[in-house]
Amino acid sequence: MATVHDIEFKDPQARIVSAAAIAGVTTPVPSADLPDMEGERMVLNMGPSHPATHGVLRIILELDGEIITKAFPDVGYLHRGDEKIAENMTYTQFIPYTDRLDYLAPLANNVAYALAVEKLHGIDKQLPPRCQYIRVICCELARISSHLLGLGAFAMDVGALTVFLHTFTQREYIYNLIEALTGARFTTSYTRIGGVSRDLPPGWVEQCRKFLDGVVVNFDESEKLLTRNRIFMDRTRDVGVISKADAIDYALSGPNLRGSGVDFDLRKAHPYLVYDQLKFEVPTGSVGDCYDRYLVRMEEMRQSARILHQCLDQLPDGPVSIPDGKTVLPPKEKVLTSMEELIHQFILVTQGENAPPGDVYFGAENPKGELGFYIHSKGGGTPHRLKIRAPSFVNLSILSHVLPGHMMSDVVAVLGSLDFVMGECDR
Amino acid sequence: MPALEFARAIKAKFGELISEPAEFRGEVTLKVSDAERIAEVCALAKAEMNFDYLLDITSVDNYGDDPRFTVVYELYGLTHKFHLRLKTDVGEEKCELPTVTTVWRTANWHEREIYDMMGVRFRGHPDLRRILMWEGYPYHPLRKDFPLAGKPTDLPEVAFTKSAPLEGGPFVTVSGCKDSTVREPRSRTPESAPIQSIK
Repeated sequence: MATVHDIEFKDPQARIVSAAAIAGVTTPVPSADLPDMEGERMVLNMGPSHPATHGVLRIILELDGEIITKAFPDVGYLHRGDEKIAENMTYTQFIPYTDRLDYLAPLANNVAYALAVEKLHGIDKQLPPRCQYIRVICCELARISSHLLGLGAFAMDVGALTVFLHTFTQREYIYNLIEALTGARFTTSYTRIGGVSRDLPPGWVEQCRKFLDGVVVNFDESEKLLTRNRIFMDRTRDVGVISKADAIDYALSGPNLRGSGVDFDLRKAHPYLVYDQLKFEVPTGSVGDCYDRYLVRMEEMRQSARILHQCLDQLPDGPVSIPDGKTVLPPKEKVLTSMEELIHQFILVTQGENAPPGDVYFGAENPKGELGFYIHSKGGGTPHRLKIRAPSFVNLSILSHVLPGHMMSDVVAVLGSLDFVMGECDR
Repeated sequence: MPALEFARAIKAKFGELISEPAEFRGEVTLKVSDAERIAEVCALAKAEMNFDYLLDITSVDNYGDDPRFTVVYELYGLTHKFHLRLKTDVGEEKCELPTVTTVWRTANWHEREIYDMMGVRFRGHPDLRRILMWEGYPYHPLRKDFPLAGKPTDLPEVAFTKSAPLEGGPFVTVSGCKDSTVREPRSRTPESAPIQSIK
């Protein structure tokens, strides 16, 4: 018959001795002078291959118990030298490399890069209306896709797996649309300097409308699962608070800046493409915590759906590229039958587009924030220097400021809410 | 154009130090002739002209020219929504200029990246280490005299010691060259084929 022994000692040492006596084993009695752990700091390495770092971010944390005292983010594990590569090829040849920056929104990167090069060439005002509308559609589809993943991964990191599965179903539909549009699901390379590579396929507009009807329902479901979810709120509210002043000083952009209450969106501040003709609102947060950043992303997706509906309704007819044949490759049948087009084709392929010397900077409101391209041209078909202002790179630089004082388990919430992509950060 | 007015106001403050504002594609660029005073100009732009948002810092390698490097600052004001570019030249021997991390904290990582990629040092930077390449890497890869194919390093603790296997990449292009073998060589070093552009 088993006896139930009550072991009730406040003193852990006495408890070990008593438990050992009951079990009838001889355990070495711990010495009375255990090393004093108080005040000792521990260094913990997180990443570069950690499920919550979404890629290859490494953070070196200094911990006092469970409280973070210092944080040193370490980036560069995915550095491929994109900027060096860009200096050695024509402007058009670099388009596929932009797919690999923020690889969750390749369409938006394509558009931002094409607009930057067009600004350098001075042809950004000549884009046909249909091309501009298609590019807006691309940007907003990319935004929904990127935010859905960001949201799903964020929720999963703080313990809600269901949302992740919900949002991934919708992303699958977006990928189907992108595949029909560009021929590739992931590495789209859809834009060209002066246009897009092909027109919308037949029936695409209807498919897109159908998708939008479904995805709005999905937003509601995800919101029901998260917005008033006690656990989610406890994990995210008042965690990772970034003040307005800090957000500006660290030049955060995108939803992270707006989450801190700064009403700044490049689509409103410097409307490019046809954003000035579309109705949408820019949500901002009030506290600047992880929960606010979540709410901003949620609302941005709804606004993107609203923009998409307007674009699909207003979509004009016409060419999808600048039709003069000097900027975009002329159609193949014309190249084979007409002398002038053949010459244009030949020059474009062998020399690239001859850019004027000068400097331009163009920033586009991408899902992760302001993706900027600074191009320094000395003339000719290749850039002399191409710098990518990657929003994830800039957003991550605030980590060493924001993490100290938080619990170890809050790191995943902060990382999830900042929504970064290492492909873009490391370039 | 108000961005131009900001530029003129800065010029009025500093006089000879600042060049005449140059305009290209709607963007205004100012050249600061003495790199030592760049932090001072930036601090004034932030304090008096509300350029509170530093978009980016970049460097350009003018290989073969003197001074060799240009450091480019992209300033932006969130309240007035205007953009201003500041440029300053840094010579190869000195290769140093004051940091602007005291003006905007976001400059920290940008300056580390320039140090890493081009080897330009920032005096007074709180933590000037490499950021994208690893500690102990001996070169500055975005310099024009660093070949696209990479350079072998024989440091024992470095992860990658051979140059890239594609010998410069299959798509390397020098636009405007006479024939396709010159235009797209298997590998290219700055010494063997200087960059030619269409004249």
